[in-house]
Amino acid sequence: MSRIGVAFDKARADGRALLVGCMPAGFPTVEGSIAAMTAMVEAGVDVIEVEIPYSDPVMDGPVIQRASDIALAGGVRTADTMRIIEAVAATGAPVVTMTYWNPVERYGVDVFARDLASAGGTGLITPDLIPDEADEWLAASDAHGLDRTFLVSPSSTDARLAMTVQHCRGFVYATAVMGVTGARARTSDAAPTLVSRARAVTDLPIGVGLGVGTGAQAGTVAGYADGVIVGSALVRCLLDAPTEADGLAALRALSAELAEGVRNPTR
Amino acid sequence: MSADALAPVAGPQPDSAGHFGRFGGRFVPEALVAALDELDGAWRTAMADESFRAEFGALLRDYAGTPSLLYEARRFSAKVGARVLLKREDLNHTGAHKVRNVLGQALLTKRMGKTRVIAETGAGQHGVATATAAALFDLECVVYMGQVDTERQALNVARMRMLGATVVPVTNGSRTLKDAMNEAMRDWVANVDETHYLIGTAAGPHPFPAMVRDFVRGIGDEARQQCLDLTGGLPDAVTACVGGGSNALGIFHAFVGDEAVRLYGFEAGGDGVATGRHAASITGGSTGVLHGTRTFVLQDADGQTLESHSISAGLDYPGVGPEHAWLHDTGRASYLPVTDDEAMAAFELLCRTEGIIPAIESAHALAGTVALAPKLAAELGREPTIVVNLSGRGDKDVHTAGDYFGILDKER
Repeated sequence: MSRIGVAFDKARADGRALLVGCMPAGFPTVEGSIAAMTAMVEAGVDVIEVEIPYSDPVMDGPVIQRASDIALAGGVRTADTMRIIEAVAATGAPVVTMTYWNPVERYGVDVFARDLASAGGTGLITPDLIPDEADEWLAASDAHGLDRTFLVSPSSTDARLAMTVQHCRGFVYATAVMGVTGARARTSDAAPTLVSRARAVTDLPIGVGLGVGTGAQAGTVAGYADGVIVGSALVRCLLDAPTEADGLAALRALSAELAEGVRNPTR
Repeated sequence: MSADALAPVAGPQPDSAGHFGRFGGRFVPEALVAALDELDGAWRTAMADESFRAEFGALLRDYAGTPSLLYEARRFSAKVGARVLLKREDLNHTGAHKVRNVLGQALLTKRMGKTRVIAETGAGQHGVATATAAALFDLECVVYMGQVDTERQALNVARMRMLGATVVPVTNGSRTLKDAMNEAMRDWVANVDETHYLIGTAAGPHPFPAMVRDFVRGIGDEARQQCLDLTGGLPDAVTACVGGGSNALGIFHAFVGDEAVRLYGFEAGGDGVATGRHAASITGGSTGVLHGTRTFVLQDADGQTLESHSISAGLDYPGVGPEHAWLHDTGRASYLPVTDDEAMAAFELLCRTEGIIPAIESAHALAGTVALAPKLAAELGREPTIVVNLSGRGDKDVHTAGDYFGILDKER
């Protein structure tokens, strides 16, 4: 079983959901992102999702896009992301990587998989790669022992849902809303239905993302999902802060609040 | 002339998942797959439905004003050294070939029972065409346009608003066409149930490249027959400009099976491909994934999309339709860059010899033709016949061209 799978099992045994926190690599700087992700782990985030910044992130809302733009303007390279993954993995927390497909294809799919595995990454979440187009990634992830998280959506048909989870390893990412990333005032009504549809066709743990920004929302999602995935709300802590130290303090506080939330599932 | 613009013809087709060789396909969020499947189904059903084809044909004839003329440009020909036949798509309603695509997709939108269309636009031409079709079909219309472009193209923004569309300036990223496309995708993911994304070129995820090609391929079907009627034979070459590439595919498709007919696509070379300031994705790009499809992309070593540059806003895009990538791979069509200066020289030449102001996009096809003519004449040992897709008119470009030629009066 993959390291992510072990972490999910442990959380499940503790009667809680796993907290996955996302941060773009190189935001605000390479060292700054390592500090941010380390702070998240220290404050109770179980799994770090490192997003490779991309010029055209169509699944992301304005907050993550702004952070990605800052990272890219700062000159972050894919090779830097590998270094960041290595540094964060050294904290002991599993590190999963989220990336749009073109940077992987450009790096070389097999070489990317090899470097990711040797940096200590557990696998990839691929928002714009569906299993239908993923032959090269399926082979490379098998060859290098990496997890594959494809997305399922409220609009996925039963047939696509079954096909998609069959190609997943580690965990499944359920997109809670029809829309892009970004914290919302209310979490989605569609998500519990989607999770139960996915459970009917897979034993893999299911993480729910898109829209979670508070401890209470994390508790709600923890009531029906195995993992709660938070991105924009965490990123905003750094974007909105007047200084880096203030940003890290806000990040720690929100991480702790979310960690508390996943331990108090609302059922 | 067949009134049935969608009658099946033998021509290159992608596989069932939309792959043109190693290009094309679908690189999209799972959330969009159901909508793309729905669209694919609606398109295939419509194509096989005579009543849809008749309705589309009637719209093209009665509303868009097609078939467009194939005009023998004698004075231009004399300067160029070739018999140049212009496919006058500039005379269509809204001033370009794009009206064919928007009418087809708007009809499909109605068939799918959707009530809202969204579109991306660079210079505003596709936005205006979409707003036009939305007015005609009583659809809600939202057009995403980079903020840089809304400022450069204030007149087209006003046109869209007059037609009842909402124009949303996009302030993300480079604030140009590619960012407008990202924003339209985001809107689509969030509103896919009632919304159709009316993509403006033969790019994007399957089925858009093949579907858009089918809606505009009347250009080539008409031109092929018109050329036969006028000259008694097929042309030696067919030329078009290539940004996303819909006008070029539209005119190429009917000729792909005619092996003796050479096909040339002219990309926007900007300041010159060597300078890095261009929009020639095939000549100066590399294989990658952008906006849902695998194709040639202008990108850096890490796969980040590079900004494109062209005097022509309609060609200023860092990717190209996957069918062009494939026609390039197979060698069936040739793609060459044309610089801003070359395009503007041809722009001026057409104005002065024929009294026709072309779109700057189309001026790239004219400039490529000027360069091609003597080579083709030497190779064939006679005057070649070249069909040029004059894909749009230049009214929208008067300010840019006036600026370029320095003929605008200074501020009064």
